[in-house]
Amino acid sequence: MEGIVKSQLMDAQDLRRVITRIAHEIVEKNQGTQELALIGIRRRGAPLAERIQQTIFEFEQVEVPLGVLDITLYRDDLTFVHEQAIVRETRIPFNIEGKTVILVDDVLFTGRTIRSALDAVIDLGRPQKIQLAVVIDRGHRELPIRADYVGKNVPTSQKEIIAVCVKEIDDIDAVMLLEKEA
Amino acid sequence: MKWQRKDLLGLRDVSEQEIQFILETAKPMKEVLFRSVKKLPTLRGKSVVTLFFENSTRTRTSFEIAGKVLGADTSSVTVAQSSVAKGESLLDTVKTIRAMQPDVVIMRHPSSGAAEYIANILDVSVINAGDGQNEHPTQALLDMFTLKEHMGELAGKKIIIVGDILHSRVARSNAYGLLKLGAEVIFAGPPTLLPLEMKTLGVQVTYDLDSVLPGADAVMPLRLQMERQQKGLLPTLREYNRVYGLNLKRMEQTGKQTLVLHPGPMNRGVEIESDLADSALSVIEEQVTNGVAIRMALIYLFVGGSANDVD
Repeated sequence: MEGIVKSQLMDAQDLRRVITRIAHEIVEKNQGTQELALIGIRRRGAPLAERIQQTIFEFEQVEVPLGVLDITLYRDDLTFVHEQAIVRETRIPFNIEGKTVILVDDVLFTGRTIRSALDAVIDLGRPQKIQLAVVIDRGHRELPIRADYVGKNVPTSQKEIIAVCVKEIDDIDAVMLLEKEA
Repeated sequence: MKWQRKDLLGLRDVSEQEIQFILETAKPMKEVLFRSVKKLPTLRGKSVVTLFFENSTRTRTSFEIAGKVLGADTSSVTVAQSSVAKGESLLDTVKTIRAMQPDVVIMRHPSSGAAEYIANILDVSVINAGDGQNEHPTQALLDMFTLKEHMGELAGKKIIIVGDILHSRVARSNAYGLLKLGAEVIFAGPPTLLPLEMKTLGVQVTYDLDSVLPGADAVMPLRLQMERQQKGLLPTLREYNRVYGLNLKRMEQTGKQTLVLHPGPMNRGVEIESDLADSALSVIEEQVTNGVAIRMALIYLFVGGSANDVD
């Protein structure tokens, strides 16, 4: 990632606790695991959703259906972006009709990714509800979107970058605050 | 590396990395085809024009479906209904199409090199949907995609292409592509339809199909055009069928579960028998589905994600 590290916001322990809390909140708010389904937004939402699924399994002994969503084809900025627009596989191995879908992503920023994800999910069927879980909410929304489950609210400036690192992709579990290089 | 190609004219000058990238991009596209709602907003407001100077139902339809699933508007110009039939030159036709502001032009033409000719005129991307005896890159890409789905990486795999190699743009594009992915490619066919110069591509060439069948991972019979017999290139279709026609019995010689591909349309009873075409070894229908996915990937890369990083 490009930028200079300013501080570490979370270490592996903190991230584990956040995942555990969000998992409990999801089950509490929905009064159980009935009709729940987790969908991780690629890339880092995917391993995070998987961890929430494991955590729920540990305390409820229920395996919540798990899917992965790639939103590239739903982006509103395709003609402007110059990187990261590689299309990856969407894998939703269950019928989302009538489900309470929990979208999972690492950082909530402008809200545009979530807008794309909502369109993508709705193209696959008609869920009963869609809720959003994120590790970091960093503000600067450009659309009327909010998260139902937030690991940590971090006020940031536009020049800063939040990097959520997960072992599956980045070899470590941590959340870093970086400053864009001038 | 970045996806910066303006056109896809053939696989001759496309790198292995680019081929793999196209094949990877086609995977998520294929998933979309199995949804109940086969429509993406990705290329909303973009215009895809198919310009076909030769008969083709499946390739043209495949491109049209691909564009439509991605949300683009597709328009087709077919030669019989167009002013080409009134004597318009290729240059004038292309200039007219250009004035209609398409975002990508897909062309099939009976002359080798026609795709390159129009690519030099147009600022927008051109995808070659078959030009004369030169190349048919999207067919080769869908063949490679189908092979990879069944056998994983193609390095070291033995793939035999049988039949009228001389007139086949499918054979040429497949040779370029498959060799780049490390496969062993063998051309088999009668001497009149299999020029020895093909060896310069890096493929093996043989007139004796049965001698190369043992160990083959995939066999692809090409469509034998009936006119070839009238030109004296074949004694009879029956003799062709006896020596080069594929059937279940002949396929036993490979000693393994060998995949059978066919670019279509098939002449049942000539290059392929029904017992084989409709058997479990045949992936001919999958090729058609994969063709749509490959064309979606290409239209997306050219129109939507033109400056994308390849990681």
